[in-house]
Amino acid sequence: MTQLALVIDLNVCVGCHACVTSCKEWNTSGSAGPLSDFNPYGADPTGTFFNRVQTFEVGEFPNTETVHFPKSCLHCEEPPCVPVCPTGASYKRKEDGIVLVDYDKCIGCKYCSWACPYGAREIDEQQKVMKKCTLCVDRIYDLSLPEIDRKPACVKACPTSARLFGDVHDPDSEVSQAIRENGGYPLMPEWGTQPANHYLPRRKTKLRIHEDELVRADNPLKIEGRLPKPALSEPSLDDVTSW
Amino acid sequence: MHPAFSVVFLTTLIGAGQGLFLALFTVESYAAFGLLPGQDSRFYALGSAVALGFLVAGLVASFFHLGRPERAWRSAAKWRTSWLSREVIVLPAFMGAVFLYGIAHHAGFNPLLATLPSAVPVRLTFLLGMGGTLLAFALFVCTAMIYACLRFLQEWHTPLTVINYILLGGASGFVLATALSARWAPEVAGLLGGWAMILTALACLGRAASLLRNARLKPKSSLRTAIGARHPRIVQKAQGAMGGSFNTREFFHGRTPGFLRQVKWIFLVLAFALPLGLLAAGAAGAAFIVQYLGLLAERWFFFAQANHPQNLYYQGVS
Repeated sequence: MTQLALVIDLNVCVGCHACVTSCKEWNTSGSAGPLSDFNPYGADPTGTFFNRVQTFEVGEFPNTETVHFPKSCLHCEEPPCVPVCPTGASYKRKEDGIVLVDYDKCIGCKYCSWACPYGAREIDEQQKVMKKCTLCVDRIYDLSLPEIDRKPACVKACPTSARLFGDVHDPDSEVSQAIRENGGYPLMPEWGTQPANHYLPRRKTKLRIHEDELVRADNPLKIEGRLPKPALSEPSLDDVTSW
Repeated sequence: MHPAFSVVFLTTLIGAGQGLFLALFTVESYAAFGLLPGQDSRFYALGSAVALGFLVAGLVASFFHLGRPERAWRSAAKWRTSWLSREVIVLPAFMGAVFLYGIAHHAGFNPLLATLPSAVPVRLTFLLGMGGTLLAFALFVCTAMIYACLRFLQEWHTPLTVINYILLGGASGFVLATALSARWAPEVAGLLGGWAMILTALACLGRAASLLRNARLKPKSSLRTAIGARHPRIVQKAQGAMGGSFNTREFFHGRTPGFLRQVKWIFLVLAFALPLGLLAAGAAGAAFIVQYLGLLAERWFFFAQANHPQNLYYQGVS
């Protein structure tokens, strides 16, 4: 069974919002209708987005770290939003595990958004139906696109390759390897939703220098620097003279 | 959560309607077993009409909650998994039962169907009332489980939610029945008034229990599990939008903690203390109005108090 998902590498996300704008552009232009905005140039602009980048500061000054945190539907393997839907508009696809909303069946009761602990669903105030990330389902299977473009718009847009896309049930896929080898974790595991999307943590590359590496163990006389230069006629020995 | 007035009115109105029907059938049961003089069927017919009025008003209110009310018929589809879908089915079924019960009494069409060994007559309205009673309880359970089944809304995820919906709806219905009986069936006003006071006191206990429970809740989620950074101090610096979003409007009540505390004391007084006093003084009509206002406050508080874990992602704008 396939479970498509995103793996988001917080170690390389720079918080540029390219995934947000690219997602909005692709999904507001599709056949499912626009992602409505209200008051876009006014004082309180608001609108529907499938993907948002948030920023958190972790730690206390001066030991702080800025974590940019892209947030979208996690396509849970046990999606709590699906069984509560009274109409069946909200569903999880058997073939690839994508959680979708049928905009023609949704009655806009918002119950599914209450049932999502991540706040991944947003209502479209114009169309009055619930919307959420589709993993660009209208793009990843589009055979008219070159194969390299059959990826979600956010993945294509990311300048630092912080977003990986693939099948997390295939142990050899790029995403599975990334999760396995780089400590990928799900969000809010305490609710048992088993999110398919995973996040890769901040990872520090540390150079560990031991003391015996600072002072050369193979130099018992602790002689550093240039050694006296012998005359041309004298014999030369490595480590005793320099030439 | 942001309390939606459509849902506040839906749950309080149908609660009163269900309670009123249960009160009517209580009187009929007492009469069937010979514990009370039989009532004029006009009392049952009028009571059913009033109950039906409350149910219809609740149903109308619920439509204001929907973005696409014209598609509401679709919501009966997923009754296998969704409590909301079950409520959508049980509410009209219960309304039908109340309608038939009222019509049977109004038309005087009440044939004797059987007689129990102890010479208790089983009439048509008794059977209809039994069905209606089952449906009334089923509706209470469905309505409450819509909220109680959401496990990460910890304030709601408790059997007390179901118990309180039954007790609060029952109390307001019995108070309403007492008010109606004062005019239409004075000989049962004492019985109904007694039950109304008992139910109001029980509802007060149940609600107090849930208030105590919720005051001691420890949230299971934190920003640490929400973004997966293991540090006690995580501060949000941006939420991805500065003008607000669905997430900031739907899941925050936008009031101060002090305001919430005030509402709590207001509903404790209006829904429980004052009605008990007014019932004791024999002013059932006033008791119902005061209690209904109190229940509106109670339901507003019920929604506002629920703290959705998604709010962790919306702690600061910039």
